[in-house]
Amino acid sequence: MNKPVLAVGPFHPLQEEMEFYQLTVDGETVVDIDMRISYNHRGIEGVSETLQFDQVPFLVSRICGICSASHPLAYVQAVEELADVKVPERALYVRTIINELERIHSHILWAGLAGHFIGYDTVFMWAWKYREPVLDLLEEITGNRNNYGNVKVGGCREDIPDEVKPKILKEMDKLEKKMNMLIKAVLDDPVLHARLKGVGVLTKEDGIKYAITGPTARASDIAIDVRRDDPYAAYADCDWNVITQPEGDVFAKVVVRLLEVLEAVKIIRQAVKKLPGGPIAAEVKEIPPGEAVGHAEAPRGETFHYVRSDGGNRPVRHKVRAPSFVNVPSFRASCIGGDIADVTITLAAVDPCYSCTERLAVVDSHGGVLHDYESLMRLSREKTAKMVKEIGAPELKLEDF
Amino acid sequence: MNQQELNDNLLKIKDKLIGFEQVRDNRITLTCEAENSYALNKYLFEDVPLRFVIATGIDAEHSFEVLYHYAYDQTGCMVTLKAVIRDRQNPAIESLTPFLPAAEWIEREIHDILGIDFKNHPDLRRLVLSDDWPEGVYPLRKGSPK
Repeated sequence: MNKPVLAVGPFHPLQEEMEFYQLTVDGETVVDIDMRISYNHRGIEGVSETLQFDQVPFLVSRICGICSASHPLAYVQAVEELADVKVPERALYVRTIINELERIHSHILWAGLAGHFIGYDTVFMWAWKYREPVLDLLEEITGNRNNYGNVKVGGCREDIPDEVKPKILKEMDKLEKKMNMLIKAVLDDPVLHARLKGVGVLTKEDGIKYAITGPTARASDIAIDVRRDDPYAAYADCDWNVITQPEGDVFAKVVVRLLEVLEAVKIIRQAVKKLPGGPIAAEVKEIPPGEAVGHAEAPRGETFHYVRSDGGNRPVRHKVRAPSFVNVPSFRASCIGGDIADVTITLAAVDPCYSCTERLAVVDSHGGVLHDYESLMRLSREKTAKMVKEIGAPELKLEDF
Repeated sequence: MNQQELNDNLLKIKDKLIGFEQVRDNRITLTCEAENSYALNKYLFEDVPLRFVIATGIDAEHSFEVLYHYAYDQTGCMVTLKAVIRDRQNPAIESLTPFLPAAEWIEREIHDILGIDFKNHPDLRRLVLSDDWPEGVYPLRKGSPK
Protein backbone atom coordinates (compact mmCIF):
# COMPACT_ATOMS: atom_id res chain seq x y z
CA MET A 1 0.00 0.00 0.00
CA ASN A 2 1.22 3.49 -0.73
CA LYS A 3 1.48 5.65 2.36
CA PRO A 4 -0.79 8.68 2.24
CA VAL A 5 0.99 12.03 1.74
CA LEU A 6 -1.35 13.76 4.18
CA ALA A 7 -2.09 12.01 7.46
CA VAL A 8 -5.88 11.86 7.25
CA GLY A 9 -7.08 8.59 8.77
CA PRO A 10 -7.95 6.44 10.56
CA PHE A 11 -10.36 8.64 12.53
CA HIS A 12 -11.25 11.12 9.80
CA PRO A 13 -15.05 11.33 9.55
CA LEU A 14 -15.14 10.96 5.79
CA GLN A 15 -12.62 8.19 5.44
CA GLU A 16 -13.42 4.54 5.94
CA GLU A 17 -10.99 2.78 8.23
CA MET A 18 -8.28 1.21 6.11
CA GLU A 19 -7.14 -2.29 7.04
CA PHE A 20 -8.67 -3.00 10.42
CA TYR A 21 -9.89 -6.42 9.41
CA GLN A 22 -8.40 -7.56 6.15
CA LEU A 23 -9.98 -10.48 4.41
CA THR A 24 -8.27 -12.32 1.58
CA VAL A 25 -10.70 -13.93 -0.81
CA ASP A 26 -10.88 -16.48 -3.59
CA GLY A 27 -13.95 -15.54 -5.58
CA GLU A 28 -16.73 -15.13 -3.01
CA THR A 29 -15.07 -17.27 -0.31
CA VAL A 30 -12.94 -15.99 2.53
CA VAL A 31 -9.57 -17.76 2.65
CA ASP A 32 -7.72 -15.79 5.29
CA ILE A 33 -8.14 -12.89 7.64
CA ASP A 34 -5.83 -10.52 9.44
CA MET A 35 -6.80 -8.09 12.17
CA ARG A 36 -5.18 -4.93 13.46
CA ILE A 37 -6.29 -3.47 16.74
CA SER A 38 -3.75 -0.87 17.71
CA TYR A 39 -5.76 2.23 16.79
CA ASN A 40 -7.58 2.58 20.07
CA HIS A 41 -4.89 1.46 22.54
CA ARG A 42 -5.08 3.74 25.58
CA GLY A 43 -2.53 2.18 27.90
CA ILE A 44 -5.09 1.57 30.63
CA GLU A 45 -3.05 -1.04 32.49
CA GLY A 46 -0.17 1.44 32.63
CA VAL A 47 -2.42 4.22 33.85
CA SER A 48 -3.77 1.95 36.60
CA GLU A 49 -0.30 1.75 38.13
CA THR A 50 -0.35 5.52 38.62
CA LEU A 51 -3.74 5.58 40.38
CA GLN A 52 -4.75 4.67 43.88
CA PHE A 53 -6.81 1.52 44.36
CA ASP A 54 -10.05 3.41 44.83
CA GLN A 55 -9.53 5.55 41.72
CA VAL A 56 -9.16 2.59 39.37
CA PRO A 57 -12.92 1.77 39.08
CA PHE A 58 -13.49 5.15 37.41
CA LEU A 59 -10.76 4.36 34.92
CA VAL A 60 -11.86 0.86 34.00
CA SER A 61 -15.54 1.68 33.66
CA ARG A 62 -14.46 3.67 30.61
CA ILE A 63 -12.85 0.74 28.87
CA CYS A 64 -16.18 0.07 27.18
CA GLY A 65 -19.45 1.96 27.20
CA ILE A 66 -21.62 -1.14 27.25
CA CYS A 67 -19.51 -3.29 29.61
CA SER A 68 -19.18 -0.35 31.92
CA ALA A 69 -20.47 -2.08 35.05
CA SER A 70 -18.60 -5.35 34.54
CA HIS A 71 -15.03 -4.12 34.44
CA PRO A 72 -15.13 -2.20 37.73
CA LEU A 73 -16.96 -5.10 39.38
CA ALA A 74 -14.33 -7.66 38.34
CA TYR A 75 -11.59 -5.29 39.52
CA VAL A 76 -13.07 -4.51 42.94
CA GLN A 77 -13.80 -8.20 43.49
CA ALA A 78 -10.09 -8.94 42.96
CA VAL A 79 -9.08 -6.22 45.44
CA GLU A 80 -11.75 -7.30 47.96
CA GLU A 81 -10.39 -10.84 47.81
CA LEU A 82 -6.83 -9.56 48.25
CA ALA A 83 -7.79 -7.49 51.26
CA ASP A 84 -10.30 -10.00 52.62
CA VAL A 85 -13.12 -7.44 52.63
CA LYS A 86 -16.62 -8.52 53.59
CA VAL A 87 -18.99 -6.69 51.25
CA PRO A 88 -22.41 -5.98 52.84
CA GLU A 89 -25.31 -8.04 51.49
CA ARG A 90 -27.29 -5.04 50.26
CA ALA A 91 -24.35 -4.00 48.09
CA LEU A 92 -24.19 -7.49 46.56
CA TYR A 93 -27.83 -7.19 45.52
CA VAL A 94 -27.44 -3.66 44.14
CA ARG A 95 -24.45 -4.86 42.11
CA THR A 96 -26.55 -7.70 40.72
CA ILE A 97 -29.40 -5.41 39.69
CA ILE A 98 -27.12 -2.90 37.96
CA ASN A 99 -25.18 -5.60 36.13
CA GLU A 100 -28.29 -7.36 34.88
CA LEU A 101 -29.78 -4.04 33.69
CA GLU A 102 -26.52 -3.60 31.78
CA ARG A 103 -26.82 -7.05 30.26
CA ILE A 104 -30.34 -6.26 29.08
CA HIS A 105 -29.50 -2.97 27.38
CA SER A 106 -26.34 -4.41 25.83
CA HIS A 107 -28.10 -7.47 24.38
CA ILE A 108 -30.98 -5.38 23.04
CA LEU A 109 -28.50 -2.97 21.46
CA TRP A 110 -26.83 -5.94 19.83
CA ALA A 111 -30.13 -7.35 18.54
CA GLY A 112 -30.80 -4.03 16.85
CA LEU A 113 -27.36 -3.92 15.24
CA ALA A 114 -27.59 -7.50 14.04
CA GLY A 115 -30.88 -6.62 12.39
CA HIS A 116 -29.27 -3.58 10.77
CA PHE A 117 -26.41 -5.63 9.33
CA ILE A 118 -28.73 -7.96 7.50
CA GLY A 119 -31.19 -5.30 6.38
CA TYR A 120 -33.92 -5.58 9.04
CA ASP A 121 -33.96 -1.95 10.01
CA THR A 122 -37.34 -2.25 11.71
CA VAL A 123 -35.68 -4.51 14.29
CA PHE A 124 -32.98 -1.89 14.76
CA MET A 125 -35.48 0.92 15.40
CA TRP A 126 -37.63 -1.26 17.61
CA ALA A 127 -34.78 -2.63 19.71
CA TRP A 128 -33.22 0.75 20.36
CA LYS A 129 -36.62 2.17 21.32
CA TYR A 130 -37.29 -0.51 23.94
CA ARG A 131 -33.78 -0.20 25.29
CA GLU A 132 -34.41 3.40 26.36
CA PRO A 133 -36.45 2.71 29.54
CA VAL A 134 -33.62 0.46 30.79
CA LEU A 135 -31.13 3.28 30.34
CA ASP A 136 -33.56 5.62 32.10
CA LEU A 137 -33.62 3.29 35.11
CA LEU A 138 -29.83 3.17 35.20
CA GLU A 139 -29.71 6.93 35.03
CA GLU A 140 -32.20 7.24 37.86
CA ILE A 141 -30.17 4.94 40.09
CA THR A 142 -26.60 5.91 39.22
CA GLY A 143 -26.91 9.29 37.55
CA ASN A 144 -25.67 8.07 34.17
CA ARG A 145 -26.85 6.00 31.21
CA ASN A 146 -23.37 4.45 30.85
CA ASN A 147 -20.23 4.77 32.98
CA TYR A 148 -22.16 4.30 36.19
CA GLY A 149 -19.31 4.84 38.66
CA ASN A 150 -21.41 2.80 41.06
CA VAL A 151 -18.94 0.24 42.34
CA LYS A 152 -16.11 0.78 44.80
CA VAL A 153 -13.82 -1.45 46.81
CA GLY A 154 -16.04 -2.60 49.68
CA GLY A 155 -19.47 -2.06 48.12
CA CYS A 156 -21.44 0.45 46.10
CA ARG A 157 -21.37 4.22 45.90
CA GLU A 158 -25.07 4.71 45.32
CA ASP A 159 -28.05 2.94 46.76
CA ILE A 160 -31.34 2.05 45.10
CA PRO A 161 -33.95 4.27 46.78
CA ASP A 162 -37.20 2.59 47.86
CA GLU A 163 -39.30 4.61 45.42
CA VAL A 164 -37.31 3.26 42.47
CA LYS A 165 -38.02 -0.39 43.29
CA PRO A 166 -41.61 -0.47 41.96
CA LYS A 167 -40.45 1.41 38.84
CA ILE A 168 -37.91 -1.30 38.14
CA LEU A 169 -40.51 -4.04 38.55
CA LYS A 170 -42.99 -2.24 36.31
CA GLU A 171 -40.37 -1.78 33.57
CA MET A 172 -39.40 -5.42 33.78
CA ASP A 173 -43.04 -6.45 33.23
CA LYS A 174 -43.30 -4.21 30.15
CA LEU A 175 -39.96 -5.31 28.78
CA GLU A 176 -40.75 -8.98 29.20
CA LYS A 177 -43.87 -8.61 27.06
CA LYS A 178 -41.90 -6.82 24.31
CA MET A 179 -39.09 -9.35 24.41
CA ASN A 180 -41.47 -12.27 24.14
CA MET A 181 -42.94 -10.64 21.05
CA LEU A 182 -39.51 -10.12 19.49
CA ILE A 183 -38.34 -13.63 20.34
CA LYS A 184 -41.41 -15.20 18.79
CA ALA A 185 -41.09 -13.05 15.64
CA VAL A 186 -37.40 -13.95 15.26
CA LEU A 187 -37.80 -17.67 15.93
CA ASP A 188 -40.72 -17.93 13.48
CA ASP A 189 -39.23 -15.97 10.58
CA PRO A 190 -38.19 -18.28 7.69
CA VAL A 191 -35.96 -15.62 6.14
CA LEU A 192 -33.94 -15.27 9.33
CA HIS A 193 -33.66 -19.04 9.48
CA ALA A 194 -32.36 -19.15 5.90
CA ARG A 195 -30.07 -16.16 6.41
CA LEU A 196 -28.50 -17.05 9.75
CA LYS A 197 -28.64 -20.81 10.26
CA GLY A 198 -25.41 -22.59 9.36
CA VAL A 199 -23.69 -19.22 8.95
CA GLY A 200 -20.45 -18.39 10.77
CA VAL A 201 -20.30 -21.72 12.58
CA LEU A 202 -17.80 -21.94 15.43
CA THR A 203 -17.35 -25.51 16.62
CA LYS A 204 -17.09 -26.37 20.32
CA GLU A 205 -13.58 -27.72 19.72
CA ASP A 206 -12.35 -24.52 18.08
CA GLY A 207 -14.12 -22.49 20.74
CA ILE A 208 -12.16 -24.19 23.51
CA LYS A 209 -8.84 -23.68 21.70
CA TYR A 210 -9.57 -19.98 21.27
CA ALA A 211 -10.58 -19.78 24.96
CA ILE A 212 -13.86 -18.08 24.03
CA THR A 213 -16.41 -17.01 26.60
CA GLY A 214 -19.91 -15.58 27.03
CA PRO A 215 -22.85 -15.98 24.62
CA THR A 216 -20.35 -16.73 21.83
CA ALA A 217 -19.25 -19.81 23.82
CA ARG A 218 -22.69 -20.79 25.08
CA ALA A 219 -24.02 -20.80 21.51
CA SER A 220 -21.35 -23.40 20.69
CA ASP A 221 -22.47 -25.68 23.51
CA ILE A 222 -19.73 -24.54 25.90
CA ALA A 223 -21.76 -24.29 29.10
CA ILE A 224 -19.80 -21.71 31.06
CA ASP A 225 -21.13 -18.68 32.94
CA VAL A 226 -19.17 -17.00 35.74
CA ARG A 227 -22.41 -16.12 37.56
CA ARG A 228 -23.06 -19.81 38.11
CA ASP A 229 -19.55 -21.29 38.08
CA ASP A 230 -17.84 -18.92 40.54
CA PRO A 231 -20.82 -17.00 41.95
CA TYR A 232 -20.37 -13.38 42.90
CA ALA A 233 -22.70 -10.55 43.95
CA ALA A 234 -26.11 -12.15 44.71
CA TYR A 235 -26.36 -14.59 41.79
CA ALA A 236 -26.20 -17.68 44.01
CA ASP A 237 -29.31 -16.44 45.82
CA CYS A 238 -31.39 -16.12 42.66
CA ASP A 239 -33.06 -18.79 40.58
CA TRP A 240 -32.14 -18.56 36.89
CA ASN A 241 -30.83 -20.62 33.97
CA VAL A 242 -27.63 -20.65 31.93
CA ILE A 243 -28.72 -20.51 28.27
CA THR A 244 -26.87 -22.67 25.74
CA GLN A 245 -27.44 -23.74 22.14
CA PRO A 246 -25.56 -26.52 20.32
CA GLU A 247 -25.32 -25.29 16.71
CA GLY A 248 -22.60 -22.63 17.04
CA ASP A 249 -23.98 -20.56 14.15
CA VAL A 250 -25.14 -16.92 14.08
CA PHE A 251 -28.77 -17.96 14.68
CA ALA A 252 -27.75 -19.80 17.86
CA LYS A 253 -25.98 -16.68 19.12
CA VAL A 254 -29.11 -14.60 18.48
CA VAL A 255 -31.24 -17.10 20.44
CA VAL A 256 -28.81 -17.18 23.39
CA ARG A 257 -28.73 -13.40 23.75
CA LEU A 258 -32.49 -12.93 23.44
CA LEU A 259 -33.23 -15.67 25.99
CA GLU A 260 -30.60 -14.25 28.34
CA VAL A 261 -32.57 -11.01 28.44
CA LEU A 262 -35.52 -12.95 29.84
CA GLU A 263 -33.26 -14.59 32.45
CA ALA A 264 -31.91 -11.15 33.38
CA VAL A 265 -35.49 -9.95 33.95
CA LYS A 266 -36.04 -12.95 36.27
CA ILE A 267 -32.87 -12.16 38.24
CA ILE A 268 -33.71 -8.47 38.59
CA ARG A 269 -37.22 -9.20 39.87
CA GLN A 270 -35.88 -11.57 42.53
CA ALA A 271 -33.07 -9.23 43.54
CA VAL A 272 -35.40 -6.24 43.88
CA LYS A 273 -37.93 -8.21 45.94
CA LYS A 274 -35.27 -9.68 48.21
CA LEU A 275 -33.13 -6.51 48.50
CA PRO A 276 -31.94 -6.64 52.12
CA GLY A 277 -31.53 -3.63 54.40
CA GLY A 278 -28.26 -2.49 55.84
CA PRO A 279 -25.23 -0.53 54.64
CA ILE A 280 -24.12 -0.48 51.03
CA ALA A 281 -20.39 -0.35 51.66
CA ALA A 282 -17.79 -1.65 54.09
CA GLU A 283 -14.92 0.53 55.19
CA VAL A 284 -11.61 -0.48 53.66
CA LYS A 285 -8.43 0.87 55.20
CA GLU A 286 -5.42 -0.73 53.57
CA ILE A 287 -4.70 -3.17 50.79
CA PRO A 288 -2.04 -5.63 52.03
CA PRO A 289 0.67 -7.07 49.77
CA GLY A 290 -0.49 -10.00 47.66
CA GLU A 291 -2.24 -10.83 44.43
CA ALA A 292 -5.74 -11.86 43.45
CA VAL A 293 -8.01 -12.42 40.47
CA GLY A 294 -11.55 -11.18 39.97
CA HIS A 295 -13.99 -12.04 37.22
CA ALA A 296 -17.54 -11.21 36.24
CA GLU A 297 -19.89 -12.29 33.45
CA ALA A 298 -20.12 -9.18 31.29
CA PRO A 299 -22.67 -9.13 28.46
CA ARG A 300 -19.91 -10.24 26.07
CA GLY A 301 -18.48 -12.91 28.35
CA GLU A 302 -16.02 -13.30 31.19
CA THR A 303 -14.25 -10.10 32.15
CA PHE A 304 -11.10 -10.99 34.08
CA HIS A 305 -8.89 -8.74 36.19
CA TYR A 306 -5.66 -9.61 38.01
CA VAL A 307 -4.29 -7.29 40.68
CA ARG A 308 -0.95 -7.34 42.48
CA SER A 309 -0.21 -5.17 45.50
CA ASP A 310 2.99 -4.49 47.45
CA GLY A 311 1.16 -2.98 50.40
CA GLY A 312 1.26 0.56 48.99
CA ASN A 313 -1.80 2.49 47.84
CA ARG A 314 -1.42 1.78 44.11
CA PRO A 315 -1.61 -1.51 42.23
CA VAL A 316 1.82 -2.75 41.22
CA ARG A 317 0.27 -4.61 38.31
CA HIS A 318 -3.28 -4.61 36.99
CA LYS A 319 -4.07 -6.94 34.11
CA VAL A 320 -7.36 -6.47 32.28
CA ARG A 321 -8.81 -9.07 29.95
CA ALA A 322 -12.02 -8.08 28.23
CA PRO A 323 -14.04 -10.96 26.76
CA SER A 324 -13.69 -9.61 23.22
CA PHE A 325 -9.94 -10.09 23.38
CA VAL A 326 -10.40 -13.86 23.18
CA ASN A 327 -13.69 -13.88 21.28
CA VAL A 328 -12.64 -11.69 18.35
CA PRO A 329 -9.72 -13.91 17.19
CA SER A 330 -12.19 -16.81 16.97
CA PHE A 331 -13.62 -14.91 14.00
CA ARG A 332 -10.81 -16.59 12.13
CA ALA A 333 -12.25 -20.05 12.74
CA SER A 334 -15.85 -19.01 12.05
CA CYS A 335 -15.16 -16.92 8.94
CA ILE A 336 -12.65 -18.81 6.83
CA GLY A 337 -14.45 -20.82 4.18
CA GLY A 338 -17.54 -18.63 4.38
CA ASP A 339 -19.17 -16.22 1.96
CA ILE A 340 -18.03 -12.57 1.99
CA ALA A 341 -21.67 -11.48 2.20
CA ASP A 342 -21.76 -13.17 5.63
CA VAL A 343 -18.66 -11.52 7.02
CA THR A 344 -20.32 -8.53 8.70
CA ILE A 345 -22.97 -10.63 10.44
CA THR A 346 -20.43 -13.28 11.51
CA LEU A 347 -18.26 -10.63 13.12
CA ALA A 348 -21.28 -8.94 14.65
CA ALA A 349 -22.33 -12.28 16.16
CA VAL A 350 -19.19 -12.26 18.30
CA ASP A 351 -20.47 -8.90 19.61
CA PRO A 352 -17.33 -6.79 19.69
CA CYS A 353 -17.85 -3.06 20.03
CA TYR A 354 -19.62 -1.49 17.08
CA SER A 355 -16.53 0.54 16.25
CA CYS A 356 -14.69 -2.73 15.61
CA THR A 357 -17.24 -4.05 13.16
CA GLU A 358 -17.09 -0.89 11.11
CA ARG A 359 -13.49 -1.45 10.23
CA LEU A 360 -13.79 -4.24 7.73
CA ALA A 361 -12.23 -4.48 4.28
CA VAL A 362 -11.66 -7.17 1.66
CA VAL A 363 -8.30 -6.99 -0.10
CA ASP A 364 -6.68 -8.77 -3.00
CA SER A 365 -3.26 -10.37 -2.76
CA HIS A 366 -1.54 -7.04 -3.43
CA GLY A 367 -3.40 -5.24 -0.67
CA GLY A 368 -5.74 -3.42 -3.02
CA VAL A 369 -9.13 -2.87 -1.44
CA LEU A 370 -11.86 -4.81 -3.25
CA HIS A 371 -14.69 -4.21 -0.82
CA ASP A 372 -14.86 -1.66 1.91
CA TYR A 373 -17.30 -1.62 4.82
CA GLU A 374 -20.08 0.07 2.82
CA SER A 375 -19.72 -2.53 0.11
CA LEU A 376 -19.77 -5.47 2.55
CA MET A 377 -22.90 -4.10 4.23
CA ARG A 378 -24.54 -3.80 0.83
CA LEU A 379 -23.64 -7.42 -0.03
CA SER A 380 -25.07 -8.61 3.28
CA ARG A 381 -28.36 -6.75 2.86
CA GLU A 382 -28.70 -7.81 -0.79
CA LYS A 383 -28.30 -11.43 0.22
CA THR A 384 -31.19 -11.05 2.67
CA ALA A 385 -33.36 -9.27 0.09
CA LYS A 386 -32.77 -12.11 -2.35
CA MET A 387 -33.91 -14.63 0.25
CA VAL A 388 -37.02 -12.60 1.02
CA LYS A 389 -37.89 -12.74 -2.68
CA GLU A 390 -37.20 -16.48 -3.00
CA ILE A 391 -38.97 -17.54 0.17
CA GLY A 392 -41.81 -15.11 -0.43
CA ALA A 393 -42.20 -14.35 3.27
CA PRO A 394 -43.38 -10.95 4.51
CA GLU A 395 -40.80 -8.90 6.35
CA LEU A 396 -40.89 -9.02 10.16
CA LYS A 397 -43.97 -7.14 11.34
CA LEU A 398 -43.47 -5.76 14.83
CA GLU A 399 -46.54 -4.20 16.46
CA ASP A 400 -46.60 -1.04 18.40
CA PHE A 401 -43.72 0.69 16.71
CA MET B 1 -13.97 -33.91 39.34
CA ASN B 2 -14.52 -32.22 42.70
CA GLN B 3 -12.10 -29.76 44.32
CA GLN B 4 -10.14 -32.45 46.18
CA GLU B 5 -9.70 -34.46 42.96
CA LEU B 6 -8.58 -31.30 41.18
CA ASN B 7 -6.01 -30.65 43.91
CA ASP B 8 -4.74 -34.22 43.56
CA ASN B 9 -4.42 -33.80 39.79
CA LEU B 10 -2.44 -30.63 40.27
CA LEU B 11 -0.15 -32.22 42.83
CA LYS B 12 0.82 -34.84 40.23
CA ILE B 13 3.19 -32.28 38.70
CA LYS B 14 4.65 -31.23 42.04
CA ASP B 15 8.19 -32.28 41.07
CA LYS B 16 8.25 -29.67 38.28
CA LEU B 17 7.00 -26.87 40.54
CA ILE B 18 8.91 -24.53 42.84
CA GLY B 19 5.75 -23.38 44.63
CA PHE B 20 2.17 -24.46 45.38
CA GLU B 21 -0.08 -21.99 47.17
CA GLN B 22 -3.77 -22.34 47.97
CA VAL B 23 -4.87 -19.04 49.57
CA ARG B 24 -8.51 -20.12 49.46
CA ASP B 25 -10.25 -23.37 48.53
CA ASN B 26 -10.81 -22.14 45.00
CA ARG B 27 -7.72 -20.01 44.38
CA ILE B 28 -4.48 -21.87 43.60
CA THR B 29 -1.13 -20.51 42.42
CA LEU B 30 1.54 -22.85 41.07
CA THR B 31 5.06 -21.48 40.47
CA CYS B 32 7.61 -22.92 38.06
CA GLU B 33 10.81 -22.05 36.23
CA ALA B 34 10.32 -20.77 32.68
CA GLU B 35 11.82 -23.87 31.05
CA ASN B 36 9.03 -26.07 32.47
CA SER B 37 6.25 -23.72 31.37
CA TYR B 38 5.42 -25.45 28.06
CA ALA B 39 5.05 -28.96 29.49
CA LEU B 40 3.11 -27.76 32.54
CA ASN B 41 0.74 -25.58 30.49
CA LYS B 42 0.10 -28.48 28.12
CA TYR B 43 -0.74 -30.67 31.11
CA LEU B 44 -3.12 -28.10 32.59
CA PHE B 45 -4.89 -27.36 29.30
CA GLU B 46 -5.08 -30.84 27.76
CA ASP B 47 -4.84 -33.37 30.59
CA VAL B 48 -6.56 -31.99 33.65
CA PRO B 49 -8.19 -30.22 31.60
CA LEU B 50 -8.69 -26.61 32.63
CA ARG B 51 -10.18 -23.69 30.67
CA PHE B 52 -7.56 -21.18 29.56
CA VAL B 53 -8.43 -17.58 30.47
CA ILE B 54 -5.46 -15.26 29.73
CA ALA B 55 -1.76 -14.75 30.38
CA THR B 56 -0.36 -11.77 32.34
CA GLY B 57 3.19 -10.54 31.81
CA ILE B 58 4.85 -8.82 34.79
CA ASP B 59 8.12 -6.99 35.33
CA ALA B 60 8.95 -8.32 38.79
CA GLU B 61 12.17 -6.28 39.15
CA HIS B 62 14.57 -9.19 39.73
CA SER B 63 12.87 -11.37 37.14
CA PHE B 64 10.05 -11.39 34.66
CA GLU B 65 6.96 -13.46 35.25
CA VAL B 66 4.34 -14.81 32.89
CA LEU B 67 1.18 -15.82 34.74
CA TYR B 68 -1.04 -18.29 32.92
CA HIS B 69 -4.58 -18.06 34.32
CA TYR B 70 -6.93 -21.02 34.11
CA ALA B 71 -10.45 -21.78 35.35
CA TYR B 72 -11.99 -25.03 36.50
CA ASP B 73 -15.66 -24.13 36.07
CA GLN B 74 -17.12 -27.19 37.86
CA THR B 75 -15.90 -25.86 41.20
CA GLY B 76 -15.26 -22.21 40.30
CA CYS B 77 -11.56 -22.68 40.99
CA MET B 78 -9.04 -20.31 39.41
CA VAL B 79 -5.59 -21.84 38.91
CA THR B 80 -2.63 -19.60 38.03
CA LEU B 81 0.67 -21.01 36.79
CA LYS B 82 3.40 -18.44 37.47
CA ALA B 83 6.43 -19.01 35.22
CA VAL B 84 9.58 -17.20 36.40
CA ILE B 85 12.02 -15.90 33.78
CA ARG B 86 15.35 -15.24 35.51
CA ASP B 87 17.25 -13.78 32.52
CA ARG B 88 16.44 -10.06 32.58
CA GLN B 89 18.75 -9.23 29.68
CA ASN B 90 17.03 -11.47 27.13
CA PRO B 91 13.76 -12.62 28.66
CA ALA B 92 12.31 -15.51 26.70
CA ILE B 93 9.84 -18.36 27.13
CA GLU B 94 8.38 -20.99 24.85
CA SER B 95 5.22 -20.05 22.94
CA LEU B 96 2.10 -22.12 23.64
CA THR B 97 0.69 -21.57 20.14
CA PRO B 98 1.46 -25.14 18.94
CA PHE B 99 -1.44 -26.42 21.06
CA LEU B 100 -3.27 -23.20 21.99
CA PRO B 101 -4.44 -20.83 19.19
CA ALA B 102 -5.69 -18.41 21.87
CA ALA B 103 -2.06 -17.79 22.84
CA GLU B 104 -1.28 -16.13 19.50
CA TRP B 105 -2.66 -12.67 20.31
CA ILE B 106 -2.00 -13.00 24.01
CA GLU B 107 1.74 -13.58 23.54
CA ARG B 108 1.96 -10.84 20.89
CA GLU B 109 0.55 -8.37 23.40
CA ILE B 110 2.99 -9.36 26.17
CA HIS B 111 5.86 -9.14 23.70
CA ASP B 112 4.70 -5.70 22.59
CA ILE B 113 4.44 -4.10 26.02
CA LEU B 114 7.11 -5.99 27.97
CA GLY B 115 9.60 -7.22 25.40
CA ILE B 116 9.49 -10.88 26.39
CA ASP B 117 10.37 -13.16 23.48
CA PHE B 118 8.08 -16.13 22.77
CA LYS B 119 10.13 -18.83 21.07
CA ASN B 120 8.49 -20.55 18.08
CA HIS B 121 5.65 -18.03 17.91
CA PRO B 122 4.45 -17.97 14.27
CA ASP B 123 3.99 -14.20 14.02
CA LEU B 124 5.33 -12.00 16.82
CA ARG B 125 4.55 -8.59 15.29
CA ARG B 126 2.99 -5.68 17.17
CA LEU B 127 -0.55 -6.04 18.42
CA VAL B 128 -1.45 -3.05 20.58
CA LEU B 129 1.26 -0.47 20.00
CA SER B 130 1.30 1.55 16.79
CA ASP B 131 3.63 0.71 13.90
CA ASP B 132 5.80 3.73 14.52
CA TRP B 133 6.27 3.02 18.25
CA PRO B 134 10.06 3.04 18.89
CA GLU B 135 11.88 -0.29 19.10
CA GLY B 136 13.11 -1.33 22.51
CA VAL B 137 10.70 0.84 24.48
CA TYR B 138 8.48 -1.39 26.58
CA PRO B 139 5.74 0.62 28.31
CA LEU B 140 4.98 -1.83 31.10
CA ARG B 141 8.57 -2.30 32.26
CA LYS B 142 9.38 -0.63 35.56
CA GLY B 143 11.21 2.61 34.91
CA SER B 144 9.51 3.18 31.56
CA PRO B 145 8.17 6.73 31.30
CA LYS B 146 4.36 6.86 31.88
